[in-house]
Amino acid sequence: MKPFNGNVLFLDRSDINTDEIIPAKYLTEITKEALKPYLLEDLVLDGFDPQTDINGRAAVVTRGNFGCGSSREHAPWAFEVNNIHLVVASGFARIFQQNMFNCGMMAVELDEEVIDHLFTTFAGRETSVETDLDKRVFTFTAGSVVEEIPFTISDFALSLVNAGGWVEFADKNY
Amino acid sequence: MGKTIAEKIFDNHIVDTPGTDICVISLDAVFCHEITTPVAIKDLEARDKDRVFDAGRIKAVIDHVTPAKDSKTAMQGKILRDWARRHNIDDFFDIGRNGVCHALFPEKGFVRPGFTIIMGDSHTCTHGAFGAFAAGVGSTDLEVGILKGVCSFKRPESIRVNISGSLAPGVYAKDVILALVGKIGVNGATNAVMEFSGPVVDSMDMDQRMTLCNMAVEAGATSGICAPDMQTVDYLWPFVKEEYASKKDALKAFQAFAPDRNAVYKQVIEFDVSDLPPQVTFGYRPDQVKPVASLEGEKIDQVYIGSCTNGRFEDLEIAASLLKNHRIDSSVRAIVSPATPDIYARALDAGIIKTFMDAGFCVTNPTCGACLGMSNGILAHGEVCASTTNRNFNGRMGKGGMVHLMSPATAAASAIAGTITNSKIFSQRSHEGESI
Repeated sequence: MKPFNGNVLFLDRSDINTDEIIPAKYLTEITKEALKPYLLEDLVLDGFDPQTDINGRAAVVTRGNFGCGSSREHAPWAFEVNNIHLVVASGFARIFQQNMFNCGMMAVELDEEVIDHLFTTFAGRETSVETDLDKRVFTFTAGSVVEEIPFTISDFALSLVNAGGWVEFADKNY
Repeated sequence: MGKTIAEKIFDNHIVDTPGTDICVISLDAVFCHEITTPVAIKDLEARDKDRVFDAGRIKAVIDHVTPAKDSKTAMQGKILRDWARRHNIDDFFDIGRNGVCHALFPEKGFVRPGFTIIMGDSHTCTHGAFGAFAAGVGSTDLEVGILKGVCSFKRPESIRVNISGSLAPGVYAKDVILALVGKIGVNGATNAVMEFSGPVVDSMDMDQRMTLCNMAVEAGATSGICAPDMQTVDYLWPFVKEEYASKKDALKAFQAFAPDRNAVYKQVIEFDVSDLPPQVTFGYRPDQVKPVASLEGEKIDQVYIGSCTNGRFEDLEIAASLLKNHRIDSSVRAIVSPATPDIYARALDAGIIKTFMDAGFCVTNPTCGACLGMSNGILAHGEVCASTTNRNFNGRMGKGGMVHLMSPATAAASAIAGTITNSKIFSQRSHEGESI
């Protein structure tokens, strides 16, 4: 199973699409590793610089309809090769969310109010997250501020995470 | 309790329910192209599982960058080609026979009412026009589809979109779907199937229904879908005539996938299009939509007519009817890409290609290239494109470029004007004072 702990990158906008996550011109790559330098290259967001702000992050917290647009699994892969295995948002586009779990990664939905609260409390500060999959709780920490945020994940999604992805699961079951 | 189209199709295909709302369904067809499939092929090889569940149900095409533009895209084509050959996938469409997947595969008769279809391409929802459940997926879903012939989905909820009234001349399926996406937003149908119905849909031919279903994903929908009817039968008849004694029999069989009268919907949207003017996007989201008139005069650098949304014969025919005896403005360049070789050939026979060339268009081979900024019409930084494609995301057709989505009629009229403008098919009617 992949690790879901580490420093958090906050992306404060809804509808971030997969063209912004990884532009189509890089879809000619056949290895996941080749995507590494280009993650979020076309995302224009105040205070965000893809060159300096991605290194050392392990999770993303963002707003609604994250990953809309193209079906390209290169979007989750671009996160994966940058060691970001967890995205927490107030909503996801269907294909992106499925792709994340299919790769054994996590795309977890939280209520909009909870996401608002996370932005208010933690955005702009060096924040880390710890994931307890058994208890289904995230622990966000910034300096002395520590908050436990419960989450839900379907049993099916969890079984994909545990299996390491959909290929492993399907191969065993079908 | 009655059932929606998608529920009826799922009932026919359920293999497993590994969770309360998750269905693993069997697949009637797995479509493949050279951008998202090679990664799946390489992974299957690495796992020592280089097999296919049923070569007859797999259809493959090189369409995104074709002919190859560099060594990397040549390799993507080669991986797909070699794989199709070694697994005896007969329906592989290589350079010369290839076209934009969502125009080519219906044209070849690969889509039937009641089918379940996946492809590693978000506009797979196009095929719902035939009463099929067709969904875009990532490469891992595609990989499992190729290997096992199954895919998992949430049990589908449907939004019924009842389109009533009648379309004014110069207003098309593209304007309807742009207006709908504008109305419900890019997140308005996430995780749902958009079931299109009503008199306007009934009167649309299959090309228009494909345009309608094509952009369902821009509202987040898993699939767009239309109930099969006599239009569907007429389109598919050359492919199914051996299977049914008459068109009436085929219709009866297809209508097993019509929605029940008492089907339960997540939401019902009533949309009267009688007053709808042609639509155009602004900004970087496909739900940022306005009437063309409100962007009138906006300067453009490039016009693009093509793609899985609007590169079909009827689209070219409408554009050509406006371009006839006109030239594009000297300040713009214009590109048309017929979506398949068959469409190209028909357009040649009908004199449509000549009309485009006389008007000053560059005519390219069938390809997806420009729509997603991969080849054949990429924008430079700061340039603006009037386009019949489906996405206006920042950087979509080239870094720093701006895309305005519109119908082929609006694109052709804008090419002549050099600025965004309504087509005369629409404006003449409004000048005559008729209510629209």
